Amino acid sequence: MNVLFGAAKALFADGDLLTSSVVVIIKVLVAFVLLLVGVMLYIWGMRKWIADMQNRVGPAKAGPFGILQTLADGIKLFFKEQTIPSSAHRGVFRLAPYLSIMPAFLMFCVVPIGGEVTILGRTTSLQVVDLPFGAMFVLACSGIGVYGVMLAGWSSGSKYPLLGSVRASAQLLSYEAAFGLGILGALIHTGTLSTREIASLQAWENWRSFYEGWNLVPAFGAFFIFIIAALAETNHPPFDLVEAEQELVGGFITEYSGIRFAIFFLAEFMNVITMCAIATTLFLGGPSGPSLGFIDADNFINVWLMPIFWFMIKTIALTYGTVWLRAATPRMRYDKLMAFCWKYLIEAAILWIMFEIALELAKKNGWNRYTTVGLAATACLVLYGVLMLCVPKPGETVEEFR
Amino acid sequence: MSELLNDPETQRLQYQTAESQQELRGSSKEIVMTGAPWPDDDLGDTMIINMGPQHPSTHGVLRIMMELDSEEVVRAKAVIGYLHTGMEKTGEELTFVQGCTNVTRMDYASPLSNELVYCLAAEQLLSLEIPERATWIRMMLVELNRITSHLLFQATNGMDLGAVSMMLYGWREREEALRLLEIITGLRMNHNFIRVGGVAADLPDNWQAETLATLDKVAVGVDSYDTLLSGNPIWRERTVGVGTITTEECLAHSITGPVLRSTGFAWDLRKAQPYLAYEDIDFDIIYTDNGDVFDRYQIRLEEIRESIKIVKQCVAKMPKGDYRSQDRKVTPPPRARIDESMEALIHHFKLFTEGFKVPAGETYAQVESPRGEIGCYMVSDGGAKPVRMHIRGPSFYNLQAMGPMVKNALVADAVAIVSSIDPIMGEVDR
Repeated sequence: MNVLFGAAKALFADGDLLTSSVVVIIKVLVAFVLLLVGVMLYIWGMRKWIADMQNRVGPAKAGPFGILQTLADGIKLFFKEQTIPSSAHRGVFRLAPYLSIMPAFLMFCVVPIGGEVTILGRTTSLQVVDLPFGAMFVLACSGIGVYGVMLAGWSSGSKYPLLGSVRASAQLLSYEAAFGLGILGALIHTGTLSTREIASLQAWENWRSFYEGWNLVPAFGAFFIFIIAALAETNHPPFDLVEAEQELVGGFITEYSGIRFAIFFLAEFMNVITMCAIATTLFLGGPSGPSLGFIDADNFINVWLMPIFWFMIKTIALTYGTVWLRAATPRMRYDKLMAFCWKYLIEAAILWIMFEIALELAKKNGWNRYTTVGLAATACLVLYGVLMLCVPKPGETVEEFR
Repeated sequence: MSELLNDPETQRLQYQTAESQQELRGSSKEIVMTGAPWPDDDLGDTMIINMGPQHPSTHGVLRIMMELDSEEVVRAKAVIGYLHTGMEKTGEELTFVQGCTNVTRMDYASPLSNELVYCLAAEQLLSLEIPERATWIRMMLVELNRITSHLLFQATNGMDLGAVSMMLYGWREREEALRLLEIITGLRMNHNFIRVGGVAADLPDNWQAETLATLDKVAVGVDSYDTLLSGNPIWRERTVGVGTITTEECLAHSITGPVLRSTGFAWDLRKAQPYLAYEDIDFDIIYTDNGDVFDRYQIRLEEIRESIKIVKQCVAKMPKGDYRSQDRKVTPPPRARIDESMEALIHHFKLFTEGFKVPAGETYAQVESPRGEIGCYMVSDGGAKPVRMHIRGPSFYNLQAMGPMVKNALVADAVAIVSSIDPIMGEVDR
């Protein structure tokens, strides 16, 4: 119950209820529309970028530069017949798309996309809700997202989707661990779970903020672990085994058609955007960035637009990175993917977290920084060596416990 | 009436359930429509899954029946015949003049090899001398065709392993090579350019410059594939040590081409039993030792480079002379002669209506197609049509390698393995 109260308090923080409600409703609507339009533009941008990398033109017919292509596809899918296989579990089959898209929406709610602004006379940060446990909420949502994929494959009553959903449950649950450790890397520096506070702790003061304020440089290891795990969580190439087209036809969405397929499609790309936005918030300082010096600091542009601009730039840069990966890499194999997670990624994440904690302690207690780095790095390497000795080599047989 | 009842067909119909009463019954075991049942039917914890005939990575209409233990393939069987068009039988109804249009459609990724082997067989029966220029034109075209075929492999192989960009890069260069073939033969595929007695037309103006320019583009493209994939850790993880096969297994299944060469057996008909003018050309046989998917990928990549070398030599050494035999019983007269010569008109008419007669006998011709040894067994009874025409399609034999290769592999590996065999279903089913 306390959790619920906390959430409610965060939503309707002091002030009269009516104004608060109006502000919340406005924010929810804006976030909803923003995310939908963002997905539409991302899919278009992705297709254009990837077309550029592959010597193609990409979508070019619908609207200027084909920008309305996604909209046209969506309308087409909306009016298409929806089929349900006779062997499917009808209820779960219908439910699964919503289980998949809800977490994608919810996760975006905690992302601050701008600084502190005043709406209807109330000062508020530009995010739907500032939960005191925002980072945990992200983890929870990405955990629930597994259900949509898993149940979709299971309820289809067909073989390829079943294989896809088995892969999905194993892959997503495994990478959840690395994902959590990646988030932890940022939290060690900020000491809070609230995304607004994480963003404000990385606020821009001068150019030194880039490596002192932002979490990117002090937690760069966690950043990479977070990015890899987030890509795996969102089924993004090269980790898109769940719907590996060449192997499993369409994976868990094989039997889906019409708007239900579109919802899965939307959820997948929404997740990519949300993950990029969360990475921006946790590691790249969120909306922080230099404001325009020649304009008044209280000016509308500096208060409203510049933080949003910086947030957008960072998120778009990250999404461009995902598109680049999509174009450049072959797909990983299922067993190698799991081995990569359990044998290397999680261990590296744990060691990195320990290393970071040592540095953080050194900073607080005033220990000699270089000695601490040296000792911590040595300890990590020794531990890594011990762990690697435990990992069976290829071809080495391991006794199975039954 | 009683005679009718004794007819076995009528009896069979009597024992059959009436159509309105037929129903599909479920069974505890998997019901799978197959060409034939598994040797034993006890499935236990495993699942049978059908890959194809409509599947994104089965290269047309190949169907693979796989028994899966979770993700592991216990056994697999290729079910073929979905593209059977009876081309061998059709070949018996077509004259030797028309035959090339038929065979060129079998291995649609390397049509010129099919035409070549058909024409070589017919020419062996005719004991026909082919002008030197025709031989060299044929050799150049077949090598260009090898380039386009291997580029197709690079593209689809990349796509099957999830490297979608590779598909488009492969097709970018293939398009250039096909454009060159179009300039020379008039068509992008199913050329019908190599005919009995020579080739259909002489090389067009400025063909040297066009060819060399295309080869340069392809060479740049091949280098870029090498950069993109060969060292890529994910690519190597997916291909090295996957789908291995030994030379003994290959020989037992009579597998030829890059699959055989990847096992360390340097068998290439261009060197082993030289035909055309391959003896006058300097090139290497590419072979590796591991017999895995990566080796087959690399062999085909290097063979593109070797073919570029061969075509460049063809451009440099192309002899002058006739592009087809001057035997008027086999070769149609030039168009201009028909207007002025009664003889020419008669020959033209006879050739394209009843064809030319080929002495009775049987023969076998074989060439190295991009997929392996393609052979043509031809029997003639002295008429204008072959009595029997059989094509040894390398894809058909190579596909048999899939069985031993996919054993205990993962589903993703099975896709890579089938892709590395590079079967063309038009040739498998003929």
